[in-house]
Amino acid sequence: MDVAIVGIGIHPFGRHEGVSGRAQGAYAARAALKDAGLEWADIQFAFGGSHAAGTADSLVSELGLTGIPFINVSNGCATGGSALLSADNAIRSGAYELGMVIGFDKHPRGAFNADPAAVGLPAWYGETGLMLTTQFFGMKAQRYLHTHGISTSMLAKVAAKAYHNGSLNPHAWRRVPLTEEEILSSAMLSHPLTQYMFCSPGEGGVALVLCRADRARRYTDTPVYLRSAVLRTRRFGSFEVFSPWLALERADSPSVDAARAAFELAGVAPGDVDVAQVQDTEAGAEICHMAECGLCEDGEQEKLLRTGATGIGGSLPVNTDGGCIANGEPIGASALRQVYENVLQLRGAAAGRQVPADPTVAFSHVYGAPGVSACAVLTR
Amino acid sequence: MTRTRPVDDGLFVEGDDGPSLLASSCRACGTTTFPRQQSCPKCTRMDMEDRLLPRRGTLWSFTVQGFRPKSPYAGPKDFTPYGVGYVELPGAVIVEAILTGNDPQRLRIGDPMELVVVPFREDDDGTQVLTYAFSPVQSA
Ligand SMILES: [Zn+2]
Repeated sequence: MDVAIVGIGIHPFGRHEGVSGRAQGAYAARAALKDAGLEWADIQFAFGGSHAAGTADSLVSELGLTGIPFINVSNGCATGGSALLSADNAIRSGAYELGMVIGFDKHPRGAFNADPAAVGLPAWYGETGLMLTTQFFGMKAQRYLHTHGISTSMLAKVAAKAYHNGSLNPHAWRRVPLTEEEILSSAMLSHPLTQYMFCSPGEGGVALVLCRADRARRYTDTPVYLRSAVLRTRRFGSFEVFSPWLALERADSPSVDAARAAFELAGVAPGDVDVAQVQDTEAGAEICHMAECGLCEDGEQEKLLRTGATGIGGSLPVNTDGGCIANGEPIGASALRQVYENVLQLRGAAAGRQVPADPTVAFSHVYGAPGVSACAVLTR
Repeated sequence: MTRTRPVDDGLFVEGDDGPSLLASSCRACGTTTFPRQQSCPKCTRMDMEDRLLPRRGTLWSFTVQGFRPKSPYAGPKDFTPYGVGYVELPGAVIVEAILTGNDPQRLRIGDPMELVVVPFREDDDGTQVLTYAFSPVQSA
């Protein structure tokens, strides 16, 4: 049983004083229902989650008490991806025909802080100031750029592209273009990464309506098919966030594993991808993840960035909605924002940021602590 | 004399010829972990013994922490940016550590580094809290 996405809804990302994360989730859910021409009472099951804004299943108080199974998902940055693959399984197995995934969040300002005990790390690791995702990103970028001979200035190119794309996206948070110079001269947060190369924790909500592929045209003229949704955790030897130590031997990251499995399951090659959304928690992450996901070779990124290949009109458009850098990162909603953008692109409905030449294959990827990645492949 | 204490009792030992980090080694497959843990993340067995890590290695990657972290960071109120890096200790592991220097222009991947124990903050009663760090090897 194949699976289609027939409804999408989003609450604008950013900061919304006085609007709860739950309210943003409910808003997105209603928008997705409207997009599919459905009512909440039609929905047979739901998976959803937020990291810091309450339990998703409590949204039934607002949406309607219809008695459906609604399962809360909590998987860090992969929360949305986990909800998506759970819904995919629920429909693909034949158990259900029509369901919803919802992700939303609302985080306080400033970098995320983490509780060492919650991920099995000793207290000293947090106390002495080693447990910061931002440090990991700085060190991963430092090592990657060094190993593959990529200039530091490429980090500014990635961020400038994100703000440019964000300026074309009405639901993005950061909608003012910034120059590479402004990005490079902003505060150095975690060398070589400056403030404007990072995304910020933020707010937002996304919901998707999924159904059996053979029923998709009942709800939409432009169904988009979910070819695969995959989740992987880290293996021994991979270089991950929150690691007091690494093994001497290197293994592929969970992003490599998840992307490879997602392409294999979907029966498409990375070279077939027409538009991609990859985790860009900061500019270095986009550079690393492009190669980890198989979209380019290690070290090829500099040429791609210099020639504009990853821009909206390029041969491999990446993070067309501005990514995390321009949208912020409401953890529970982030992976579903990528899928939302890919559906819009495949529908040809992305307006000012539409990828030209009728894209047919779209890919999305998230990565998060403590070493987890979720990927999805969509086709028209 | 200033009283001192380690930030954690199971983190490092100070011997006659300098400090060493405390690690675990798997009797079954030889995998080393830092800090100590009771099971092997590689072969999944529970047959670990203590070992000391080499004191010297090379810088594998680095960054500089440019802003004061939120809780649970418990460093001094007056914040100074600090270096953080991974140091590859031959035959053992790549260990994450505070670096004694915070100028990125003076840090290079591949630089020789050695383990030191440094004061990190003071308790309310004036006791100095010590942690481990890596410092560039002073060329003789
Ligand atoms: Zn073992």
